[in-house]
Amino acid sequence: MMELLQTLQQTGLDLFGSAWLLIWTVVKIVLIVAPLMLGVAYLTLAERKVLGFMQIRPGPNRVGYWGLMQPIADGVKLLCKEIIIPTGANKFLFIAAPALALAPALAAWSVIPFDDGLILADVNAGLLFLLAMTSLGVYGIIIAGWASNSKYAFLGALRSAAQIVSYELAMGFALVCVLLAAQSMNLGEIVRGQQSDYGMFGWYWIPLFPMFVVYFIAGVAETNRSPFDMAEGESEIVAGFHVEYSGMGFALFFLAEYANMMLIATLTAVMFLGGWLNPFHGWPLIGALTDAIPGLFWMLGKMSLMLFFFLWFRATFPRYRYDQLMRLGWKVFIPLTLVWVVVVATWMQTPYWFW
Amino acid sequence: MNIETLFYLFAAVTVFAALCVITARNPLHAVLFLVLAFVSSSGIWLLLEAEFLAIALVLVYVGAVMVLFLFVVMMLDINIEQLRVGFLRWLPVGLLLAAVIGVQMVWVLGAPEISAGKTPVVHAADYSNTKELGRLIYTEYVYPFELAAVILLVAMVAAIALTLRRRRDAKRQDISQQVKVKKQDRLRIVSVPSASEAGVAQDVVVSGDHTAD
Amino acid sequence: MKNLINFFKSFLLLELLKGMTVTGKYFFARHITIEYPEEKTPQSFRFRGLHAQRRYPNGEERCIACKLCEAVCPAMAIKIEVAERADGSRRTTQYDIDLTKCIFCGFCEESCPVDAIVETRVYEYHGENRGDLYYTKEMLLANGANHEAQIALDRAADAKYR
Repeated sequence: MMELLQTLQQTGLDLFGSAWLLIWTVVKIVLIVAPLMLGVAYLTLAERKVLGFMQIRPGPNRVGYWGLMQPIADGVKLLCKEIIIPTGANKFLFIAAPALALAPALAAWSVIPFDDGLILADVNAGLLFLLAMTSLGVYGIIIAGWASNSKYAFLGALRSAAQIVSYELAMGFALVCVLLAAQSMNLGEIVRGQQSDYGMFGWYWIPLFPMFVVYFIAGVAETNRSPFDMAEGESEIVAGFHVEYSGMGFALFFLAEYANMMLIATLTAVMFLGGWLNPFHGWPLIGALTDAIPGLFWMLGKMSLMLFFFLWFRATFPRYRYDQLMRLGWKVFIPLTLVWVVVVATWMQTPYWFW
Repeated sequence: MNIETLFYLFAAVTVFAALCVITARNPLHAVLFLVLAFVSSSGIWLLLEAEFLAIALVLVYVGAVMVLFLFVVMMLDINIEQLRVGFLRWLPVGLLLAAVIGVQMVWVLGAPEISAGKTPVVHAADYSNTKELGRLIYTEYVYPFELAAVILLVAMVAAIALTLRRRRDAKRQDISQQVKVKKQDRLRIVSVPSASEAGVAQDVVVSGDHTAD
Repeated sequence: MKNLINFFKSFLLLELLKGMTVTGKYFFARHITIEYPEEKTPQSFRFRGLHAQRRYPNGEERCIACKLCEAVCPAMAIKIEVAERADGSRRTTQYDIDLTKCIFCGFCEESCPVDAIVETRVYEYHGENRGDLYYTKEMLLANGANHEAQIALDRAADAKYR
């Protein structure tokens, strides 16, 4: 496999010269984005199926076997729809907003390690980069809300702005705990730091359990998912920031939301659940049996688990009230994370830090 | 495309965006141009291998501060005409400030230590900008750093103290009280015998007047 | 002390976990969905579906044009014109039901003294134009002819409750 890649690199370099680096990077980007988009499409189906199962009904099952063609049918429908630009809307920003929402959600994937060495850009400050990218996603929402020239959209945008800024702090502090434990901001290093002979007990979710929970809940809030979907709030402000969007504009917001969901799930898997590591590594018998399975499988499995939690939350919890949401962010999560940063820092100085 | 072309590209975008910030008619556009200026200057920092600063700039300023700016600007009803009234009157002051800043920049950038070595230092691949920055801040510059932190904290406390006032007439909800409520506090389950159990009461139920419910 | 217990209860998200076990259980529960075109729910003999006009076994149409149904119809979906037939009996020349107006309350059926207008169990009908759902006397009589066996059975089943 490696030799094949090397010969491919060599022939590419011979054929295209210095432009080869660009071409090769584009190929790698496509290799990440294309499965991602497919994953997003099927995540919508999975969501409807899981919601359906939890409401004791089968979910979509008419388009294709077991409803498997449903996302494609939806995509075609959205593509064919007319794009309506409301009067009084700021045309340029109105069209740019969906792209602004989607771009950071995709850009963040460049530093995600899918397996040992399987990474687009092995950046040292990967964690920081991720934080920066997830915080940029809010621009798409705010600009969409403002450019729509609609009160509901505007209200949704304002809610979302306040919400994302509040939860970013808790999220950042939770990540500080991780980088304290891993002593690196490189995501690959963070995963390698969790490697031990105890399998899943060597991962950071045990010493950082409160941060694991806080990070995931803040992630749900950050992606505007139920029960924190105040920015959409169908029952209050119709559809929030994307109420005026139709066709592909709407679809792009949808893609961005689900790509962000997958990103949060992946990050939780990388930082707390040992990324591509085998959960049974070093265990008697089962460890030896499962060590042959490639890391990508474990990575995808952990992602799917966290994504299932997203859907499970949506099926279970009613929407938060806005002041409750702010209280949870500022008065519960931020103090908790601040305390835990100190706890972890102190813990690491004692001989009882096993991770 | 070498580093220099990239630098001039980013620099041009930064200057253009900065110009647009002060000339844009729509305050929201001004804020968005400011975001662009931040992003392109973080690009310049990336070229200087200061990736921590570059990303922190995007994270803190673009991701948080400018979002709040946008938040405020979108809510304000700004009358642009009114803002333009004093333009000529304040122009000399502005020009003076610009001149002072210009002189300062020439002074600093023209210093022999800087103008001598024009190219930025190129570090080895394993050089971690973040680690270096942390080492500097927490060893050599620990007092200035702590001082800055304390000043910011004081400013924050002061801002909260200035704006925090309990209004008597405002109604508020105490969420921690609301969260504490248990089922037993609110719900009373009453056992009402059904018609068949009550036996004799059956007739009463059937002929009972419907205005009761 | 009680406050402390409450604090830990909410802090450990116990109630949220309880909620999640409920939905988690239902995730594995058997679906109660009726997959419509393949499966159908059982119908009552009082089902109120598409209307039909009945005839007596000798072929004579039941409707005597008393116009009670037209009067009772809350949606004013029924339109009746009356004329004397050659044999001197009172008959309708026009009996139309606009199904786009009809609310399927069954009052017409209740009010009919001769069980002429009835509602059948048929509910799988459609129209591609609005006019397709405007049922004339001929169409209603044809409905009656098609479903007479079922209609008679349903009336018989319902008879003892009347």
